[in-house]
Amino acid sequence: MADFTLRVNGGEKKVNVPAETPLLWVLRDTLELTGTKFGCGAGLCGACTVHVEGAAVRSCSTPVSQVGGKDITTIEGLGANGLHALQQAWIAEEVPQCGYCQTGQIMTAAALLARTPNPSDEQITQAMNGNLCRCGTYERIRKAIHRAVSAGAVAAGGAR
Amino acid sequence: MSPLSRREFVAVGVAAGAGLVIGFYLPHGGRGKEIFSPNSYVRITPDNKITIVVARSEMGQGVRTALPMILAEELEADWQQIEIEQAGASTLYGDQTTGGSASVRTTWDPMRKAGAVAREMLISAAALTWGVPRSACVAQSGSIVHGASKRRLSYGELVGKAATLPIPTDVPLKQSKDYRIVGQRLPRLDTPSKVKGDAVFGIDFRMPGMKYAVLSRCPTIGGKVVSFDDKESRKLGGVSYVGKIGNAAVAVIADTVWGAMEGRRMLNVNWDEGPNRDLNTAAVMESLKQAAAKKGASLYSVGDVSKAAGRRISAEYHLPFMAHAPMEPGNCTANYQGSSCELWAPTQVPQDCRDSVAQAVGLDPDQVRVNVTLMGGGFGRRLEHDYAVEAALVSKALHDSNGGSKSGAPVKVIWTREDDMRFSTYRPASLHQLSAVLDGAGWPVAFTHRIIAPSISGQKGQPGPNGIDPDLADEAAFVYGLPNVSLEYVPAETAVPLGWMRSVYALQVGFASESFIDELAAAAGKDPLEYRLHMLSKDKDKDKNKNNEDQEIPFFATTWHTARMRGCLQLAADKAGWSNPLPAGRYRGIACFACFSSYMAEVVEISMEEEVPRVHRVVAVVDCGQVVNPGILEQQIPGGIVYALSNALRAKITIEKGQVVQGNFDDYAPLRMNEAPTVEVYAVPSAEAPTGIGEPSVPPLAPALCNAIYAAAKKRIRALPILS
Repeated sequence: MADFTLRVNGGEKKVNVPAETPLLWVLRDTLELTGTKFGCGAGLCGACTVHVEGAAVRSCSTPVSQVGGKDITTIEGLGANGLHALQQAWIAEEVPQCGYCQTGQIMTAAALLARTPNPSDEQITQAMNGNLCRCGTYERIRKAIHRAVSAGAVAAGGAR
Repeated sequence: MSPLSRREFVAVGVAAGAGLVIGFYLPHGGRGKEIFSPNSYVRITPDNKITIVVARSEMGQGVRTALPMILAEELEADWQQIEIEQAGASTLYGDQTTGGSASVRTTWDPMRKAGAVAREMLISAAALTWGVPRSACVAQSGSIVHGASKRRLSYGELVGKAATLPIPTDVPLKQSKDYRIVGQRLPRLDTPSKVKGDAVFGIDFRMPGMKYAVLSRCPTIGGKVVSFDDKESRKLGGVSYVGKIGNAAVAVIADTVWGAMEGRRMLNVNWDEGPNRDLNTAAVMESLKQAAAKKGASLYSVGDVSKAAGRRISAEYHLPFMAHAPMEPGNCTANYQGSSCELWAPTQVPQDCRDSVAQAVGLDPDQVRVNVTLMGGGFGRRLEHDYAVEAALVSKALHDSNGGSKSGAPVKVIWTREDDMRFSTYRPASLHQLSAVLDGAGWPVAFTHRIIAPSISGQKGQPGPNGIDPDLADEAAFVYGLPNVSLEYVPAETAVPLGWMRSVYALQVGFASESFIDELAAAAGKDPLEYRLHMLSKDKDKDKNKNNEDQEIPFFATTWHTARMRGCLQLAADKAGWSNPLPAGRYRGIACFACFSSYMAEVVEISMEEEVPRVHRVVAVVDCGQVVNPGILEQQIPGGIVYALSNALRAKITIEKGQVVQGNFDDYAPLRMNEAPTVEVYAVPSAEAPTGIGEPSVPPLAPALCNAIYAAAKKRIRALPILS
């Protein structure tokens, strides 16, 4: 067991867990942030995606010892003031069915837009291809990302 | 209207048969002033809130929105007033199994009636309050209105009076032309929480003092625990219990999921591999071939296929075992407290969970409470209740080891992805022997389909009459009206655990049948669409596809209509531009299938990249009667198509040395965004009672795709998956 100080969603959290514990289980069990999901435990499905220093990371395959002191964002902290543009777009496009993978999908998409504010379809596919959805919502995910981009452009007065 | 006492009303409901049972019971104190609840589906309170109880499980198919819409329609509620409540296992709602694309079609009548009863009583309450005739009052958006005096009372204001009135039995139901809610594209009620991350799936449930468990299960099918050594596991901090569960698993209980997983990793179990240690997939396929030599049970027979004269064509098709692989791995939380046990289960079968848990831990069913959580997909995997029984046994073991703590022993059992893949119940592997006789013009006059597959229900001890798996009644219809047809089922044996996977046998039957019809059309040198339309025309002597006469095809409890299938095919062909030439390098295939009382046709457009098909576009047409919510339809149909495309391209579970080979999403690889086609969905307009939409889009996809591959490469694919 070891002590770690995690910066999660803008706040500091102290945890005492084995150093090799995947960040996923620290978030879910210790910090009770269950919006981040367990799907495969092997970085294959993306359901556990969170941001570490702004980059999309598979928390199931990231030991907690690697993220001490780094900025971690989960779905619960994605929208600093209300819902993130992607979350709004996800609602508008009625993306979720079972919904289990969707928080991971949104986190991957958010990291994409932070890096590439107006992605092409190819860039969307490339970024989102690591996130599985068994309900088959891929088309609406793509539409929602485009919608969030358009909404963002309007909000910023067309600056993008 | 002749009011019956409540007791009589319950008796009427029960006598009407399982599909029509309405739980007329007051679960929350009955006819008090605070609540108006004429039946167990709806409660109205003075604050003008309407709570509608959903007695099916939400696994992504939208029942928590669609079912309340049906009741709210008849109640003339304002949709904004509606709150929903998830029913746990209950005796009030008939069979609560969520499967067979049946939630809407089996609750359509009870939910409408429940809403209409409440509406009529509210009208009576207002009429009595105002001293006017009932006929002068109408229900409108959550209020009763007296037109002549322009008086209005909200439902909330009428609660006290309505609760004192007798419950009518014979209530009028609305006509579809008057629907304001049913048929509307209303947003799903569960979407915002799923996007914010605060939706509670089974795996997210937590309670004070809860421990976590993972189980080490015998990797060989049918094997057992001989002994185990938990010395290393117990050295880990936080591991509080290690013990045998049943005879084929050892549970490790810890303070955290990770602790339990690590505890299992350090565990040494000595297994008795049992009788299946040499079982492999080749042996299973060989056993299907041997079973094929036996005479099967007839599913359907008209004319005499043996006497038809003409050109005979035959082919064999086969399909592998497949796994559901829902995104949320198996899990369940149980709290055994000695004389009771409570579960929080992501389950499609709360009542089976209740009954099986009761038996497993030695309680009466009414001592077991089952709460139904959201599910991260089901696809039939959660029609089993193994995870619930496991959780209850683990909780009991922990409880007993604690000396019977009164506060109970809450434990959440979590399966890893590998557990989910290797200890699933699999879509049965199958063999299909087809033959047909074509007349001089190339049209089929006889069609034979022998389905050789192990019986899912048979393996579970409920084989059905003549050994016919009862699921085939919903999933094996041949809706073409040919003069000579024989459909036969030969049950085969297998030790591989079997389960109901999305569309169940319809996937296998549809793949074989609809691919073979494409073979016949090719052999006859005819267009595959025209060929099907001809087979669906009543008067085949006319040799015209314009014939719109209907032919009824009875198959078990369903009467199918060739005209409805023809309507789907024609609309799909129109929307896909079937008669228009395709750009160079693009190819099309078509298929149709009817199951779960719905009709479905699909046109798949592909290109070939080397030997690999790339699906660009799927046009899907369904005739499912009245559409309750087009938005949900447009989720379910493409969802089934993407699922089916995953199955068709790569889904294959293989067995070596009695063990499932595949373990995670690398060697059992579902479709990702880069392979997802554009899906266009159309529903044939209909005011018929609604039928299934969760599964019918699955079966036509693989044959339509393989027929497109034939169009592209003249290569006939007679075994799935395509990329194996």
